[in-house]
Amino acid sequence: MIPAKFEYHRPTSVQDAVALLAQLGEEAHPLAGGHSLIPVMKTRLAAPEHLVDLAGISSLKGIRREQDHIAIGAMATQSEMIASPLLAEILPIIRETSLLIGDPQIRYVGTIGGNVANGDPGNDMPALMMCLDAEYQLAGRNGERRVRARAFYFGAYDTARQNDEILTEVRIPIPAKGHGYAYEKLKRKVGDYAVAAAAVMLTITNGTCRAASIGLTNVADTPLWAEAAAQALVGTRIDRTAIANAANAAEAITNPASDGHGPAEYRRKMTGVTVRRAIERAKLRAEV
Amino acid sequence: MNDIAPTQAERAEKLQGLGCKRKRVEDIRFTQGRGNYVDDVKLPGMLFGDFARSSHAHARIKSIDTSKALALPGVKAVLTAADLKPLKLHYMPTLAGDVAAVLADEKVLFQNQEIAFVVAEDRYIAADAIELVEVEYEALPVVVDPFQAMAPDAPILRDDIKDKMNGAHGPRKHYNHIFNWQVGDKQATDEVFKTAEVTTKDLFVYQRTHPAPLETCQCVASMDKVKGELTVWGTFQAPHVVRTVVSILSGIAEHKVHVIAPDIGGGFGNKVGVYPGYVCAIVASIVLGVPVKWVEDRMENLSTTSFARDYHMATELAATKEGKILAMRVHMLADHGAFDACANPSKLPAGFVNICTGSYDIPVAHLEVDGVYTNKATGGVAYRCSLRVTEGIYAIERAIEVLAKKLGMDSVDLRMKNLIKAEQFPYRSALGWEYDSGNYHVALQKALDAVGYPALRAEQKARREAFRRGETRELMGIGVCFFTEIVGAGPSRHCDILGVGMFDSAEIRVHPTGSIVARMGTKSQGQAHETTYAQIIATELGIPADDITIEEGDTDTAPYGLGTYGSRSTPVAGAATAMAARKIRAKAQMIAAHLLEVSEYDLEWDVDRFTVKGLPEKFKTMKEIAWAAHNNLPPGLEPGLEAVNYYDPPNMTYPFGAYFCVMDIDIDTGVAKTRRFYALDDCGTRINPMIIEGQVHGGLTEAFAIAMGQEISYDAQGNVMGASFMDFFLPTAVETPKWETDFTVTPSPHHPIGAKGVGESPNVGGVPCFSNAVNDAFAFLDAGHIQMPHDGWRLWTVAERLGLHA
Repeated sequence: MIPAKFEYHRPTSVQDAVALLAQLGEEAHPLAGGHSLIPVMKTRLAAPEHLVDLAGISSLKGIRREQDHIAIGAMATQSEMIASPLLAEILPIIRETSLLIGDPQIRYVGTIGGNVANGDPGNDMPALMMCLDAEYQLAGRNGERRVRARAFYFGAYDTARQNDEILTEVRIPIPAKGHGYAYEKLKRKVGDYAVAAAAVMLTITNGTCRAASIGLTNVADTPLWAEAAAQALVGTRIDRTAIANAANAAEAITNPASDGHGPAEYRRKMTGVTVRRAIERAKLRAEV
Repeated sequence: MNDIAPTQAERAEKLQGLGCKRKRVEDIRFTQGRGNYVDDVKLPGMLFGDFARSSHAHARIKSIDTSKALALPGVKAVLTAADLKPLKLHYMPTLAGDVAAVLADEKVLFQNQEIAFVVAEDRYIAADAIELVEVEYEALPVVVDPFQAMAPDAPILRDDIKDKMNGAHGPRKHYNHIFNWQVGDKQATDEVFKTAEVTTKDLFVYQRTHPAPLETCQCVASMDKVKGELTVWGTFQAPHVVRTVVSILSGIAEHKVHVIAPDIGGGFGNKVGVYPGYVCAIVASIVLGVPVKWVEDRMENLSTTSFARDYHMATELAATKEGKILAMRVHMLADHGAFDACANPSKLPAGFVNICTGSYDIPVAHLEVDGVYTNKATGGVAYRCSLRVTEGIYAIERAIEVLAKKLGMDSVDLRMKNLIKAEQFPYRSALGWEYDSGNYHVALQKALDAVGYPALRAEQKARREAFRRGETRELMGIGVCFFTEIVGAGPSRHCDILGVGMFDSAEIRVHPTGSIVARMGTKSQGQAHETTYAQIIATELGIPADDITIEEGDTDTAPYGLGTYGSRSTPVAGAATAMAARKIRAKAQMIAAHLLEVSEYDLEWDVDRFTVKGLPEKFKTMKEIAWAAHNNLPPGLEPGLEAVNYYDPPNMTYPFGAYFCVMDIDIDTGVAKTRRFYALDDCGTRINPMIIEGQVHGGLTEAFAIAMGQEISYDAQGNVMGASFMDFFLPTAVETPKWETDFTVTPSPHHPIGAKGVGESPNVGGVPCFSNAVNDAFAFLDAGHIQMPHDGWRLWTVAERLGLHA
């Protein structure tokens, strides 16, 4: 439980951080809250020779409204997101999800940037960001670019981020007023990764679902955007049949691993259960 | 006398003696980060040790190359079995009469087994160096399933003893067999089963789990080559026995070995044994002449030092149609892993598991236990239970439920019908124990009234009907458990550790000003001995508990004792404390008589003083007597006021209790939610009700963890699964149910203050209560016995099997 030797760097600007990553090459890794990275370093499953800590970069902080988007700095902590009145008003699902991550101590340190950038399929934010159609702002040697969350994840710990890039900001389109939302997470205890979890956003007009989006956590080697499941709701009154269709469609795209928290078949079925329950809860919350 | 003299009650209250909810004095330092644990011991020039461990569960070691590790700057030594062999320390004796490898000799027998011990200047270098130890293996076939261990073609696990067909506990049937242990009347039991009207038979599996104390196992060994003395600080639940073992193994005379157990962060049985880390740190310190520290990490703790349980119990009951139990027959298969390092009294290979007739008057019984070797970590400790009592009680309490269902009876009625009656105590059980005292029917009735049992059953009936109508997806389960614990090991005629009888001790010194230091042979790991022993002395001697310091754990100052496990501290050392205090009081009486110029027989004890009978204004307080003991004694009486007592208990003590659990299971997720848990404990005389309540809360939380999720499992290759808190279930306050506690008081007739011990009762009773609740929830669907642990996916699997998801 003792990591291999590494050098620690603490730049104070994005520019310096990017330059450091470029200069140090393959063996350097950015460090945000560290909750995914440090445990794998302690068991020596990862042994980066350089850690570039982003904690000293003040421009990576903050949660702002920018026209039709909410922009969340990569180093905003889960606890800051929970406390944000702006998010509570416009994107309450972020607060609901953040409260299900780890425990209070973890949430004081864990950041949205680290949570989405590391590519850990157990993390909760990536599926939520897919559900919300967020974009990630990346800064690298050759300037800045944006990648949609839905196009960011390739495999476990394998993402669109280049080694010398830093994820600086998460940009989320402001959802329709009166939308219904829910993040339903099945876990054994506080601090556990999800057995299965589902993020659901719904817009309902005159009793009919006009728009829906569903993201799934920890039931494949990447987070999943369950497009067909969401489509199964659109145009329906979200009755039992529609919900069952959505749950079945969500189960169909999962490819979970078996582990101590349950065999693959259980996690597949729990995907359906969490999707069903999230839809039911989101429907209750939506202004119809 | 003056007008404002305190009343007798006020004087008694000031003592904070027996029955007082005195706050835990040790918590002042524990809650402020001011405890002194082994890892706080930092000595000049201290080195750090770490283990290179086996990646295989069973393999021949073809070669070990330590040259690269030795070449790393800062590495001082690398020990392997080849280095220990000339010292005859590559194996060490176990408590169970077997030997265990200190460092793997020619073969590894479980994953993460210790192969080489690297000693370096700091922890980081040591951690780097173990990666540089190169081991070449030849993989061998693995035995994971204990039921396959004695197959005719099973791989030979223990080459070192393969031809030794007589083990520590008699003949061995197979090279992977450890012992066969039988108790009871086989013939009479078999006869009853042949003709009984109703019989049941089930295999109850009590899965492998781990005590998982927050502080892992660790030690600092420091050899002073000039004085020829060895000091060892360590996480030792039994420091005096450790000193004896260290002396025997090292050849250093026992008076030159100083073993110190400082503050301990939880033990639960994990810290009873002697581990390779201790031996290697000691050897390294002797060789290098400097202090060496070894600290286990969490994965090492969960995967190598002392698992618990792993009992597979084929349990049968025979009864009449009316529900009178006639006989019990049990065969248990015990998976001990690679070495038999069970923490039991040396003569009892399965501990006290023959308490398995439980709280019931069962006329005849027969129990047979077979222990086998497998390619798993070694241990078999009592995880917050008195030496395999949890296994035995789990078997009977599940079997009672199965029998009740077969008879069509309510299981509470079946229990009421078969509980040992108050007038039968002292009660001799069919498997050889003499239960000291009990009032079982009263306790069960009190519990039934408290939980409103008939209303619960009515609610369950209504909910089951609603479930059948499709109105709910939840199943309600009611768990019942009536258990009898057996603690206070123990009478040395039955119980010894490597030949040392399991007595315990207390030494009390009264200072001239009337304050006290007292030392015991036990060792608190969080049980609050510093608080409760002082309360016993306070009541016995009339000195306020706040004026009494309790010390344990330093073998140079404390009297010899066998340590703290199996809820033995109060029954044994607590008794020694009371007896030593009574010796002091007897001498104090002689001094008081001298001071008051009356006969001893004219004095009576009054809370904190001796009073002349009939003349309450004529008295001497214990404080005054303490002063006089150092300057004004009756002729011929030696000065001073101190005493020591070594207490060899005449019998074990038998705490008992009645537990109820109400649970709702979501069949779509398999998640069980405990709605209510009620625990009535009878631990005899109650020393500190607040600490008892705390002990019950802690024990129930561990019981909840075991029943509902804890497991150390292995895959088919013998890879240990889930040896971290990511997977091993350690519930937080959020998941833990709310506990309701209650009590009755049935003092032990043979204990000086009637106390029985309580720390482990809630684990013994809690696990079957939770499991019974789960099984009860599914019982109306004829699910059959559902094995633990009852976590979400397993209960979902039960519901799936029963077609509840269709």
